[in-house]
Amino acid sequence: MSGPETATSDIVGAAHARLRHDSAVKHVTGDAVYVDDMPPLPGTLEIFPVVSPHAHATIVSVDIAEALRAPGVAGIFGAGDIPGKNDIAPIFSDEPILADGLAEYAGQPVLIVAADTYDLGRDAARLIDIGYEVLDPVLTIDEALEKGQFTYPPHSVVRGDAEGAIEAAPRRVSGEVSCGGQDHFYLESQVALAVPGEDRDITVHASTQHPTEVQRGVAHVLGIEINDVLVEVRRMGGAFGGKETQATGIAALAALAAALTGRPAKLRLRRDDDMIVTGKRHDYRFRYEAGFGEDGRLEGVKIEMATRSGNVADCSSGVMARALCHADNCYYLPHVRFDGLPCKTNTVSATAFRGFGGPQGMLAIETVIEHVAAELGKPVDDIRRINYYGDGGRNVTPYGQTVKDNIIVELTERLMREVDFEGRARAVDDFNAANATLKKGIALMPVKFGISFNLPTLNQGGALVHVYTDGSVHLNHGGTEMGQGLFVKVAQVVASTFQIDIDRIKISSTRTDKVPNTSATAASSGSDINGMAAHIAATEIKQRMARAAADHFGVETGSVEFRANRVYAGNESISFAECAHLAWRARESLSATGFYRTPDISWDAKTMTGSPFYYYTYGACIAEAVIDTLTGESRVLKADILQDVGNSLNPAIDMGQIEGAFVQGMGWLTSEELVWDEDGHLKTHGPSTYKIPGSRDVPPEFNVHILEDAPNMVPTIFRSKAIGEPPLMLAISVWLAIRDAVARTGGRKVFPRLDAPATPEAILMAIEDVRERANQLPSPLTGEG
Amino acid sequence: MTLEFHLNGRRHAVRDVPPNVTALDYIREHLRLTGAKEGCAEGDCGACTVVLAAGPEGGRTFRAVNACLLTLPHLNGADVLTVEGLADGDGLDPVQAAMADGDGTQCGYCTPGFVMALYALRRGPEEIGGEIDPETVHDALAGNLCRCTGYRPIVDAAVKACGEKASEEAGPGGGSAHAPARATDRYEAGGQAFLSPTGLDEMAEALADNPDAYILAGGTDLGLLAAKERQKLPVVIHTGRVAELLEIRDEPDHLEFGAAVTYTDALPLIGRDYPSFATLIKRIGSRQIRNMGTIGGNIGNASPIGDTPPCLIALDAVLSLHSRDGPRRMPIEDFFLDYRKTDLRPGEFIRSVRIPKPKAGEAFRTYKISKRYDQDISSVIGAYRIAVADGAVRDARIAYGGMAATPKRARACEAAITGSAWREDALMEAARAVDEDFEPLSDHRASAAYRSMVARNLFARLWRDISGADEPLDVALIR
Repeated sequence: MSGPETATSDIVGAAHARLRHDSAVKHVTGDAVYVDDMPPLPGTLEIFPVVSPHAHATIVSVDIAEALRAPGVAGIFGAGDIPGKNDIAPIFSDEPILADGLAEYAGQPVLIVAADTYDLGRDAARLIDIGYEVLDPVLTIDEALEKGQFTYPPHSVVRGDAEGAIEAAPRRVSGEVSCGGQDHFYLESQVALAVPGEDRDITVHASTQHPTEVQRGVAHVLGIEINDVLVEVRRMGGAFGGKETQATGIAALAALAAALTGRPAKLRLRRDDDMIVTGKRHDYRFRYEAGFGEDGRLEGVKIEMATRSGNVADCSSGVMARALCHADNCYYLPHVRFDGLPCKTNTVSATAFRGFGGPQGMLAIETVIEHVAAELGKPVDDIRRINYYGDGGRNVTPYGQTVKDNIIVELTERLMREVDFEGRARAVDDFNAANATLKKGIALMPVKFGISFNLPTLNQGGALVHVYTDGSVHLNHGGTEMGQGLFVKVAQVVASTFQIDIDRIKISSTRTDKVPNTSATAASSGSDINGMAAHIAATEIKQRMARAAADHFGVETGSVEFRANRVYAGNESISFAECAHLAWRARESLSATGFYRTPDISWDAKTMTGSPFYYYTYGACIAEAVIDTLTGESRVLKADILQDVGNSLNPAIDMGQIEGAFVQGMGWLTSEELVWDEDGHLKTHGPSTYKIPGSRDVPPEFNVHILEDAPNMVPTIFRSKAIGEPPLMLAISVWLAIRDAVARTGGRKVFPRLDAPATPEAILMAIEDVRERANQLPSPLTGEG
Repeated sequence: MTLEFHLNGRRHAVRDVPPNVTALDYIREHLRLTGAKEGCAEGDCGACTVVLAAGPEGGRTFRAVNACLLTLPHLNGADVLTVEGLADGDGLDPVQAAMADGDGTQCGYCTPGFVMALYALRRGPEEIGGEIDPETVHDALAGNLCRCTGYRPIVDAAVKACGEKASEEAGPGGGSAHAPARATDRYEAGGQAFLSPTGLDEMAEALADNPDAYILAGGTDLGLLAAKERQKLPVVIHTGRVAELLEIRDEPDHLEFGAAVTYTDALPLIGRDYPSFATLIKRIGSRQIRNMGTIGGNIGNASPIGDTPPCLIALDAVLSLHSRDGPRRMPIEDFFLDYRKTDLRPGEFIRSVRIPKPKAGEAFRTYKISKRYDQDISSVIGAYRIAVADGAVRDARIAYGGMAATPKRARACEAAITGSAWREDALMEAARAVDEDFEPLSDHRASAAYRSMVARNLFARLWRDISGADEPLDVALIR
């Protein structure tokens, strides 16, 4: 299909215009309403969750008698009270909302107390006596691998004969590197309000990226039909993947209390509970082997990619698929074996987080590339260049998709030229020669990120558009607003389609009764699929209006033109509102649904091959960091980004996505450390112990450029490209720059092992290790140049 | 008795609401003003930030605070501004306009808190001619977390909106100097009492009558019991209105700060005499925390990871304690007995802390190591006062935090250098003695090995710092 190519701008708020977020004024005045801000309905109950204190335990007894008598308590419910099925698994099955006889992580909800207030629920919960028989927990990747315990059967991406190629290669490296998980730390913690209605109807106001899955999950848990459940989402206070599947259980618990008590029920997880109870980014441990030529060209790469999937599969198979499909990053790898091992552990289920496995896969291959460079003693960017995807057979990914839109060579060369990479690298050398205590490092990170859900089915979007007789427009679509600016972008698309000012378009909340059977707003696909669906719906209405206008003017429909809030037939024109009224009088339907399915994608989950991505998006970042060799403290000094966004639908919004994703990625790789104790308790469960970046941590020189004149090669909505996730991976440059600085403390004689996050401790220990191995100046009190 | 305060210019009188209800819960749930959010209930994210205005017209101060940590009685007599009170009809405050127009909002959940923190900055005391420096903005925003924007547009908006100050403009709160409500001595509701004495003797009496009472100053530590633990506190005695505890004395040979003096109010004098200490205080907590928290509280809660005690030990600070039986003085070093255990007797409280002024030939430095520069708890903090005379170390007073169950002097380190020549090798001797002084623990902040290594390595930083090495020593200062 051929998509709309361009959008003109003789209206206010057309596609490609820089517009602020549609709720910006409501944000700054405090008028924007989030679920917890909704005026309470009379009789609303608040839910206090009672969670397992043990990582692995059999629940042998539950005594709630005394708690039930406590003041304000309306009900206390456990797995046995669930009228439907205790399962909200998004992909597989048997993923309970309340532990049923077996607790599988510390923090797993066991009971909910529904009371008049949260504090009363909490007081009552102290009177509950749950008997546990504690079992040995499996907390680490190694323990799980030893027991052969996985959340779903492992799968691999394989091409050619990696072992043979490594064996035959002139040079080889091998090693290990790990990256930690990451808490989403959306400022609005998980929340849902369920309101019972007539019959068995239930309305759920949820903070979710996936209203349809909440709808399905609630129906499943309550044993009712999907059409009994209405889910509405006006906005989220941040999500980042954390409300893709994890919001479903929260909403289902609220719905359970509402259904069983007949009263509205709200569950808002307090921050510590949110961090303990709900899932996070997958941590990974990579073991790699690579064979390559003297020039650094990779022949064979083998990576074991093991993750702590947690207590259940959740969406780990999707995350792993994306990790496996992004461990090539921008590099052509002739012989590949990537084995994905989803270890089942007694920790909270790992889940979706911006990048969805992509960042982890890329971190692994960039380590391989840098290790090769260190082994050969060559500049790492020479090794990158020689391995980039190219032509003539060197353009097929390990999973079989041909890379047709590759611009990584031009893009990285342009960025390196524009920031004078060589001059900057020399300045870093000079600084290091002159300073004993502090050392700088510099690095480039190229990114190629595949756009579309790996699973083709999910790549569909729907919209519902009404035009009223005064020419005002009601816009609804299946995408959700979590701050990323999807709503304003889709409104811009509709403004452009109708050629009317954006303020004529009402942006409305996402509702499962308006657009059904939607996909999660995830995989960066929000504007691609919902924007196109809205365009299709608006185009349908526009054609009907054109027919009415043609009748009115006595011209052919094809000669009717929508332009600048008016509808033209030659020199004559009427306003858009007049045309809407005309169309109504002519008994044209002014309402339409739009539906879009992403074309030309395929995926075979058995062989892990296909062309799952409609297109790739590209970007690169050069980062410079400084470390303190006495303490391991670090700071990012500069970051220069060049990011491909196609023909941006809204450069202001896209800029915000790039900057925000980069800083979030930086946090993942530097200060954000999740620590569990030996019994499986999360020790970092609030902002006092879990440190996301603050304003001072942003590089003082932070230059973000959007690649100009780079329309998408495939016909996406107005030739734009997705932007939500790709820039997060640019932050890997920060970690690479820190590792470069560490390597320089050992005169770059050895390749440092630096796991992520690069906390002060990780950096200092890496420095010690490098110095020891480089056998240089043993005294920590003496620096070297 | 009734609590009285003004909020966005409107007078509120409260009775019957238990005193452990936080200001945030009261504002959101009772007044239904839902702009301020609960992001963490521990004063770390800033989503609940509101502004307290105080002082006469023309000289009003506007201070950002965390409403989640303040209990309702803290508001007695206060003039509170929330995000709902800034806009004048459709006319946004310059901070709001700059944030909205400059793409400073994405999901919007943190935004009301940022707006209020920046409003306080815009109307704050900084002497800024025309342009505001990003460093000042970072300082003003150290207590506000945003997960969406990456901060760049927020900092730009702050520079734009706060750069040109209109110090005497009318505005919410500022235009109508409310007479502060009369202090309520004893507020009781829900079986809990909040006592707010106004003089030293009253304070002593109150504590003598209620020896198990919680002594509450700014609430930045104890406030968590209300905010997070939702505890009912039978009796709380608030120090914030005791005149003697609010005194600041700048004497010829020492500074003396009453126990209820906030970090913010103590900072100018500390910065004058001990710049390194002032830099540390700015990293202990955000402006919101510094506007509420007190040095007295930091001493009184006796945390092993409190940041001021190691400095105060190194500076030979002296505590004045007080009770109905009278005053008592003791070197701060002797005050900390064990983990969260102090030498305070029943009925006794901290009146003030006296810090000797720097003497000729003395150098004082303190270094804090944490995962994040701002608003983080130290893995290790070292404080060093070295007196050198005639090329020899005459006296050394060294203390560490994060290395033991209490803030603790490093006596072996001190002994290693005292009397020796002021040379690098003397400091290396001291570094070797760290392991004699300390056996630190491993926890989620850092391992024991890392803590010991850093405690040793900081002597190298100290040498390079004091001896004037021609190189930068702090990653935060690099451009």
